[in-house]
Amino acid sequence: MGALGFILNAEEGERGWRLAEYIKRGGYSALKKIVNEKIPADQIVGELKKSSLRGRGGAGFPTGLKWSFMPRQFPGAKYVVCNSDEGEPGTFKDRDILRWNPHMVIEGMIIAGYAMGCARGYNYIHGEIWEIYKRFEEALDEARAARLLGNNILGSDFSFELQAHHGYGAYICGEETALLESIEGKKGQPRFKPPFPASFGLYGKPTTINNTETFASVPYIINEGGDKFLELGKPNNGGTKLFSVSGHVNRPGNFEVPMGTPFKDLLAMAGGMRNGRKLKAVIPGGSSAPVLPADVIMECTLDYDSIAKAGSMLGSGAVIVMDETTCMVKALERLSYFYFEESCGQCTPCREGTGWLYRVVHRIEHGEGRPEDLDLLNSVTDNIMGRTICALGDAASMPVKSFIKHFGAEFEYHIQNRKCLVPEDVQRAGSGFFKAA
Amino acid sequence: MLSQDALKQIDREIAKYPADQKQSAAMAALAIAQMEQGWLSTETIEAVAGYLGMAPVAVYEVASFYNMYDLAPVGKYKITVCTNLPCALSGGVHAADYLKQRLGIGFNETTADGRFTLKEGECMGACGDAPVMLVNNVRMCSFMQPEQIDRLLGECE
Ligand SMILES: Cc1cc2nc3c(=O)[nH]c(=O)nc-3n(C[C@H](O)[C@H](O)[C@H](O)COP(=O)(O)O)c2cc1C
Ligand code: SF4
Ligand code: FES
Repeated sequence: MGALGFILNAEEGERGWRLAEYIKRGGYSALKKIVNEKIPADQIVGELKKSSLRGRGGAGFPTGLKWSFMPRQFPGAKYVVCNSDEGEPGTFKDRDILRWNPHMVIEGMIIAGYAMGCARGYNYIHGEIWEIYKRFEEALDEARAARLLGNNILGSDFSFELQAHHGYGAYICGEETALLESIEGKKGQPRFKPPFPASFGLYGKPTTINNTETFASVPYIINEGGDKFLELGKPNNGGTKLFSVSGHVNRPGNFEVPMGTPFKDLLAMAGGMRNGRKLKAVIPGGSSAPVLPADVIMECTLDYDSIAKAGSMLGSGAVIVMDETTCMVKALERLSYFYFEESCGQCTPCREGTGWLYRVVHRIEHGEGRPEDLDLLNSVTDNIMGRTICALGDAASMPVKSFIKHFGAEFEYHIQNRKCLVPEDVQRAGSGFFKAA
Repeated sequence: MLSQDALKQIDREIAKYPADQKQSAAMAALAIAQMEQGWLSTETIEAVAGYLGMAPVAVYEVASFYNMYDLAPVGKYKITVCTNLPCALSGGVHAADYLKQRLGIGFNETTADGRFTLKEGECMGACGDAPVMLVNNVRMCSFMQPEQIDRLLGECE
């Protein structure tokens, strides 16, 4: 795993994640420094701003700025919440962070509590990763026993309690306000914003929500300084970042590389294309990000600005690689089914629209497409985008729009010829499942 | 109807939240109940509601919203296969087909001997390990090629 990175630098295996090993790697020194030197909260937020750390959950919002929105002096309960509900297809970095380096996330959250005057935090962990959730609870016990967590941390007058909340299978709970509803013991349905969580969050109290990887970046910034973190990446795109590479590559996995690394290099790290096949398309930032054709992505560097300029989003850093054996209609059909299935149903444009998108792409894939279907799909997306409570509506629309934009000819072929442009046996071979056959 | 052990586990979950926010433990309580009972019957949901001092309908809403709760009986081994796109590119759908053929059932069906139920799952946040499947909500199995699937089925007594 990424020799360059500081987040995935833990040793794989049964011990590397434990407190003693984390401390050997210099862990909890940032927290100790803050507590012992009584570093003012403003200074911590200032370092974060300097670091140019942008939220790793998908939207890339500047973390320092987000923390500065918290009404630090507001009396009463305030909360820090970590979003480990990783469910955006293609994204599997937070699982590895929690698996190999849970204490780095815990330390980041404690520092967040200190900087924003919060006495309690929760980490919301994706339902399907039970073993990781259990490990995180064990890590919390270790931290409590070492007085790194709980009352009077390290003998100071700062107290912070942290708990894990286990999800149970709902993609929408990755949306921050749905996640808060879920912790409150309700259906995970997003709230209207404003009010934003910084003023009305968990149990109606000021709350800051960040992604797992965002919190894991905090100790480094405190130890080494915001400038150094920024220098790891490129201007406006500070730090290293984890990229989850999945799909048609030889070595899928997580790679921690500096922001601004050329896509080509990442592809090489993932072992190149499976069986040396030709690259067809890449979704660079999780399933909600617009797809990019091979020639466009090959020229990109991996940072928020470069990918945005190419017409997509860096999102969660989930790089889904598709080779020439991929039928783009079938690929889109599966994604559209996902959004239809996971829409929480609160807003009509999303509930009805995602159903329409899925049914129309499904019928094209199954040889029942009509000539007017591509226009229909585009008009359905226009009716969803910008008209919903949360961004799932947009997330469902962007794949459809971009697949049609870049691979429209393949959709038209499907509609006219009632079959795939890519022959069935070629598609079948692509997955690598039928090795012997 | 919930065992003392289950209630003790639920108490630990309740303690994670502020004293006046017991309902925050509803998800965990349902998961614990399901783990013990195999699935969530109306009676089980009512028992959870009673224990947390919640209206049964509020707990039922939670149980029906999240995909990993089973509101109908399932086999001794519930296998959920991720077929989402990133997994499908590396054999997720083909692994599901293979399982269907081996077990002689489709998605949301249970084998006649009550041993296996097959479910189609969404992204489990493990796409680099495709094909991936989850057994009884707790055991994630990675890189499930035919040979590994055969072994898994063999282990499930
Ligand atoms: C449908 C939907 C799903 C999301 N899923 C996740 C997720 O799995 N993990 C995550 O960190 N953020 C997710 N987000 C983004 C969160 O709402 C939020 O912006 C993020 O957790 C903030 O953390 P950050 O500033 O550190 O990125 C999702 C947003 C939407 C609209
Ligand atoms: S956009 Fe979709 S998922 Fe989001 S709140 Fe509306 S219905 Fe729910
Ligand atoms: S797509 Fe299967 S685990 Fe992510």
